[in-house]
Amino acid sequence: MAVTVRIPTPLQKLTNGVEEVESSSGSVMDIINDLDAKFPGIGERLAENGKVRRFVNIYVNEEDIRFLQAELTFINDGDEISIIPAIAGGSK
Amino acid sequence: MDKEFTSEQLQRYQRQMMLPGIGLAGQQKIAESRVFIAGAGGLGSPAGYYLAAAGIGRICMADDDVVELSNLQRQIAHNTERIGMSKTKSAEISFKSLNPNVEFLAIQQRITKENVAALIEDHDIVLDCSDNLSTRYLLNDACVLMSKPLVSGAVAGFTGHVTTIIPGQGHCFRCIFEDMDPYDKSLDSQPGILGAFAGVIGSIQAMETLKIITGIGETLQNTLLIYDGLKSEFRRVHAARNRDCPACGENPTIKISGRG
Repeated sequence: MAVTVRIPTPLQKLTNGVEEVESSSGSVMDIINDLDAKFPGIGERLAENGKVRRFVNIYVNEEDIRFLQAELTFINDGDEISIIPAIAGGSK
Repeated sequence: MDKEFTSEQLQRYQRQMMLPGIGLAGQQKIAESRVFIAGAGGLGSPAGYYLAAAGIGRICMADDDVVELSNLQRQIAHNTERIGMSKTKSAEISFKSLNPNVEFLAIQQRITKENVAALIEDHDIVLDCSDNLSTRYLLNDACVLMSKPLVSGAVAGFTGHVTTIIPGQGHCFRCIFEDMDPYDKSLDSQPGILGAFAGVIGSIQAMETLKIITGIGETLQNTLLIYDGLKSEFRRVHAARNRDCPACGENPTIKISGRG
């Protein structure tokens, strides 16, 4: 078992269209670094100087990491990470 | 105060008044409620249609656009004959023809910092069916300051979000999405959209509104519902009031012009 990272549509251009990436257990920051090793550029989009960027929302399963230990939150095998950006559209 | 229903109304609403938790008392609450809908587009069309059908007392809809041909694959409150007509006027014709019992207020204006408070003031619930994040933040901030329940819906591509905000009782929009992400370039672009997909999200917004009004079931308070249209998958993530939230936190920094 591994950790599954769900990549939202706006960031899929950084993962060559891949929607789900597998990673191994570790802190949120470890997983971002691992993502960046696989898809260079996504790391700086999500984090800066070892911290998740202010307006980036990351959830572990159903929980916002802001209410856990932020980038230090430990992610176990079988957990799912989602990055959830705001959506602007009401299709007007 | 008890509203007397006519026999036309009793027949019209019969199938929903049969539902446990609605009945005559619930229908009265629906008939006495005043709902503000921001946007007469892909979300506002289905949300407004279903709320009008359900017998909401007054619907006020604000949108500064006119109907265009390219709107019609998703904005079902409008039609081909009404191209060039203001969207709120067009929605008024559609909703009133579905249910003449509904009072409809068409506001052909863009929602701004200056007018938002006056627009929502006389309403019990606000639906965010807008098409841009600055309006979303504006509506959230005004609803927090004025303690108005806000049902927020958004769509892009095959991803949709819905959340229900009850100020003072849970999270607000900024507790989840504090502010515009300057690195998110997708927010400036116009994503593709299927009408049926916007219809799902707008219908959920109408459903949330009717639950708030009648008090039945559980709303999406403290929850962000995410719909993946391609996988037919609904996911929920937990939202909570953030003590550092600039709108509803312990030291709010956001004010609406002339308010707060």
